[in-house]
Amino acid sequence: MTLDRPAPTRPPAVPATRLAAEGLTLRYDDRTVAEDLSVAVPDDRFTVILGPNACGKSTLLRALAGLLAPAQGRVLLDGAPLLSLSAKERARRLALLPQTMSAPEGITVQELVQRGRFAHQRVLRRHSESDRRAVADALEETQVADLANRRIDELSGGQRQRVWIAMTLAQDTPLVLLDEPTTFLDLPHQIEVLNVLHRLVARGRTVVAVLHDLNLAARYADHVVALRDGAVVATGSPRDTITAPLMREVFALDATVLPDPLTGAPMVVPADTRSGVPVS
Amino acid sequence: MSGVDPGRVRESSRSRVRVVGGERAHVGLDRREVRVCVALGLVALVLGFVGLWAGDFPLTPGEVMGALVGPPFAVVEPIAYTVVVEWHLPRVVAALVFGASLAASGAIFQTVTRNPLASPDVMGLANGSFTGMLLGLVVLGGSWAGVMAAALAGGLLTAAAIYVLALRDGLRDFRFIVVGIGVSAFLAATNSWILLRLDVETALFASAWGAGTLNNATAGAVWPTAAVVVLLLLVLPTGAATLRQIELGDDLARATGVALDRHRLLLLLLAVALVSAVTTVAGPIAFVALAAPQIARRIVGSSGIPLGATLAVGAVLLLAADLVAQHVVPLTVPVGVVTVVIGGAYLTWLLRREMRTDR
Repeated sequence: MTLDRPAPTRPPAVPATRLAAEGLTLRYDDRTVAEDLSVAVPDDRFTVILGPNACGKSTLLRALAGLLAPAQGRVLLDGAPLLSLSAKERARRLALLPQTMSAPEGITVQELVQRGRFAHQRVLRRHSESDRRAVADALEETQVADLANRRIDELSGGQRQRVWIAMTLAQDTPLVLLDEPTTFLDLPHQIEVLNVLHRLVARGRTVVAVLHDLNLAARYADHVVALRDGAVVATGSPRDTITAPLMREVFALDATVLPDPLTGAPMVVPADTRSGVPVS
Repeated sequence: MSGVDPGRVRESSRSRVRVVGGERAHVGLDRREVRVCVALGLVALVLGFVGLWAGDFPLTPGEVMGALVGPPFAVVEPIAYTVVVEWHLPRVVAALVFGASLAASGAIFQTVTRNPLASPDVMGLANGSFTGMLLGLVVLGGSWAGVMAAALAGGLLTAAAIYVLALRDGLRDFRFIVVGIGVSAFLAATNSWILLRLDVETALFASAWGAGTLNNATAGAVWPTAAVVVLLLLVLPTGAATLRQIELGDDLARATGVALDRHRLLLLLLAVALVSAVTTVAGPIAFVALAAPQIARRIVGSSGIPLGATLAVGAVLLLAADLVAQHVVPLTVPVGVVTVVIGGAYLTWLLRREMRTDR
């Protein structure tokens, strides 16, 4: 790129990355989940991690969030090793919504979302004006403001998931990581949650999510990381990654990939493998 | 607030199905906790006065007040002063401060392990202190200070042993509790074995202490211990926010900025220190640590354990139990016996309730 061109409005073709993993070996006890894994998360984009069950998606996300110390390699956040940051410093730049959370019995939406502010608060200091604003904004962005005084256990699955996302947003971090935020939700609620994430990216946050639904991933992702057996098989735009050969390689799935009639994004139609019907 | 039809059943994706009884106002929860604390404070005042007054030596309420406010304001009989200020007051203060201390310790254990059945007594710290005390008696003979130091060491060593045994690739709540219960059973057996080898008189004394009693709550023992406990309790508010994050689960606590391994260890150390300080004077008093946090949570109606109300409940609970132990039961029994009865009733009720709501 030469200097006399006008500055691009979007980030350049090779986007900057604040969060990257270099040569990670990830282990639980003696079980090695991944070896020599390197991933770069493009800034201001919606990155989706795809892969079959037990391929290391959640493990990778936990490592990227600093919850799992790699046996080898390192995760860099803004050029510094993630684990060299204090827990609070890390939590002011990077938020993670894990797959399973426990809400204290009887807690209200407002109370729960406020707990996302922990990293911004000092010992013994009550909620400040900036805390109140961040909580209000998070409730607004996830469209749960009218539920603020309701108890979590009264809400539907979709509402509850948006509340957890609101808590993560109240953390007010440029990077947001989510582990299967749409699992257990019906299709309309999945779309609701993904629209929330899409708006976040449009407003300048970097989002990384583990998703299972290939067609929704193809529609919403700017960037795809495909994992299999703890190794990156492909990275790139949905068009480049969600292809018939790659579906076979990553998921061992025979599928036809067509353009989505509404958006033109790739659409995966699995081959009909019912008995008696010949596999193409 | 948006409209909901009360009592409707919602299915949940990530936690268990619950029947919802309708909306409750949650604004001003803090105020509710303050009201509960004030009410419990008044109860404590009344019970405290009863504790100062009641006893073998006949006193009028006026004499009790006079002894409390002292010579410039009231004429005080020396014997009334001795009974109220030197005999009764340390015991009342011990009940209040020790009750609060045990309750705080239980609140920390239950929050950190996210299990309402976790408490220092269930997990063997009490039995460990008793083991220390018994060994102290056997090895060091009669020295009170030596025996107390041995009890303290016993509790701390037990805590350390449980922590090391339960620690593998991080602290897993369930393993922590199960290891605690196992260590507790082992120590209980050891204690019985030692008791059987002691002469009758020593064994009787040791047994009373082992049940948990405030009979040894003399001025000389109570004032320094109460001072230590109060200092420890002053540290507690700094951990309150961290405890609330830990309620959300290990991953979320870390992700929202808690240095979990370090803070969990510090909080558990605080809890162990709180319970050990009490145990040196009063022996292992059971069930206050277990029950007070859960009672407080239900009175306040809060999510999670309200620390302020927990301390107040613990103080009132132990004072009331000690009054029952001294004055209501026909013969004087160790307060630990009363708290065990209260605790047993509470536990039965809690288990029944959990079984009904869970599924």
